[in-house]
Amino acid sequence: MSEFKYYVIRRLLTFLPTIIGVTLLTFVIARVIPANPARLWAGGVKAKPEVIEMLTKKYHLDKPVYVQYFYYLKDILSGDWGTSPVTHRSILADIKTYFPATVELAIFALILVMAIGIPLGIISALRKDSWIDHVVRVVAISGASIPVFWLGILLQWIFYYHLGLFPAAGRGIAPHKVYTGLYLLDSILSGDFKAFIDNLSHMVLPALTLAYPSIGLVARITRGSMLDVLSAEYIDYAQVRGLKKSFIFKHVLKNASIPIITILGLIFGGLLSGAIVTETIFSWPGIGTYAVGSIMNMDYPAIMGVTLLIGLIYVLVNFMVDLIYALIDPRIRL
Amino acid sequence: MRDLKVFKNLFASERRSRTLSELKLMFNVLRRSPTGVLGLILTISFLVIGIIGPYITPYNPIFIDFKNMHKLRLLPPSLKHPFGTDEFGRDLFSRVLSGARVSLLAAVVVLAVAIPLGLTLGLIAGYYGGIIDEIIMRITDVFLAFPGLVLAIAFSAAFKPGLWSAILAVALVWWPSYVRVVRAQVLQVREALFIEAARALGLSPWKIMIRHILPNVLTPVIVLATLDFGSVIIVTSSLSFIGLGAQPPTPEWGRLVADGRAYFPEKWWYVLFPGLAIFLTSLGWNLLGDSLRDVLDPKYRRRLEFKKEIKKEGEKSG
Repeated sequence: MSEFKYYVIRRLLTFLPTIIGVTLLTFVIARVIPANPARLWAGGVKAKPEVIEMLTKKYHLDKPVYVQYFYYLKDILSGDWGTSPVTHRSILADIKTYFPATVELAIFALILVMAIGIPLGIISALRKDSWIDHVVRVVAISGASIPVFWLGILLQWIFYYHLGLFPAAGRGIAPHKVYTGLYLLDSILSGDFKAFIDNLSHMVLPALTLAYPSIGLVARITRGSMLDVLSAEYIDYAQVRGLKKSFIFKHVLKNASIPIITILGLIFGGLLSGAIVTETIFSWPGIGTYAVGSIMNMDYPAIMGVTLLIGLIYVLVNFMVDLIYALIDPRIRL
Repeated sequence: MRDLKVFKNLFASERRSRTLSELKLMFNVLRRSPTGVLGLILTISFLVIGIIGPYITPYNPIFIDFKNMHKLRLLPPSLKHPFGTDEFGRDLFSRVLSGARVSLLAAVVVLAVAIPLGLTLGLIAGYYGGIIDEIIMRITDVFLAFPGLVLAIAFSAAFKPGLWSAILAVALVWWPSYVRVVRAQVLQVREALFIEAARALGLSPWKIMIRHILPNVLTPVIVLATLDFGSVIIVTSSLSFIGLGAQPPTPEWGRLVADGRAYFPEKWWYVLFPGLAIFLTSLGWNLLGDSLRDVLDPKYRRRLEFKKEIKKEGEKSG
């Protein structure tokens, strides 16, 4: 276990500079690239001179760049992510309101990706070059090629306008009691069956849209690593020894799961960027809808707030994925 | 001295003929895979339409005929307007055709910025190692710490909105993946005997990198670039879809889908055809890239060739 501790420390040493790098990059985009950040922050062309002056003072925009960065970091840590020039609300408070819906959608999509992608991959590895293998290949390549926004509209067209199976937009009704902000979970916790069904039916189309591009990816990775493990000598040996099929299969699965875990972080990143477009199509009240609304309103502080948040989350998720990876595969720790 | 020249020429002609036979082999392998052929057809049609599209449109894709607008508005697909018309009475077929130019431009510019930048940084990081490697890779990591589309949104919102800022924004987030791939490849090649020999002969690091390492890292870069062609088109059209990127009246595919949403589902053709154009184009590059991976793998090529020979032998003797 001490070996693992050593790995965690080493990994932390690259994790912290990356976090600082993330804030540095968002700082450069927010404050250094725009010719007059205060004016942009105040709403662009419509900005009033006194507001610009106030912002310049408040965020120390007249100071040298490195001093500005220091204040920028201080503000982020103290929870002041800026104020929207459009709604005059705190960016961080807005993000807190919209964020749970995105988390719920992303988690549900991730479950779909795993629950569909992994079995598909296993089947296509076991039945290599059969029709199902070809179907999985088509799903994978079309998933990488289809624009998410177009896929979402097509699904609405089929499942809402033609079949009337699922609602086309919005989130389900709020359950009696809200604990986590994840309505599906909350409706189970508060035993609100009606809210559960309503939230589930609202979730299906956006989650499927979000998941589709990653399903093929997971299926292909699963297939590849299954085939690698199946052709390994220790599997032949196990067969020769006459071990039970189910026992061998368990070993194959465990060893084949390692590459799937390594791409978990990548998939999560895909879900986060996919969420921005998907939420817009389905009017899902998450940070994606918030970000796109901010783009329409030229609400620059809000856009940068969402960027920073997603960057931080993504780095954190990748860090955790690396730790899980090291826990499962001892070779990594060395 | 002259002997050396003759010697060199000999090598050159030998190399040329070898390259030719390799190319022939590649083509043979590509021809064998039906998906690869489909990819080739789709990508070539896209390139051709991208280049000559604006000259062969049956109608003017941008001009609005205000006098007859009420008669031409949002017509369903017909022989006269195969993709229907938009809310200003413009022919959507013409707009989709000339939209190929915009997507082609975006993809070419993004890759023309990202690949040389990624190659150079990846070569330097991999070859020199040490502190230079550390600095380059930390910067790369920071760019990769954001999902591509998210960072591209932030960049293009910081610039003046428009097609060129969107293209620049995508280029700015695209280079890091090439640094990673090239560096990993360089690390594999760096310790090879022929590199050590080149170093022992006193060749300069630049010469070693360009003459001896670069050719060995190009294969994965070519495959990645082919696959990326489709991804760049999807990301730039996503930017246009959410309101960054191409502004009206530029016929951009993502923008057309966004505009068509206001009239969906009654005027379904407005959303369907531009989206289909993005899908088929991206599909073509993905199929081609997928097959290129096999085609450019010399081991795979040899294996196929070997199989063919065995088959021939078998036919001869049997």
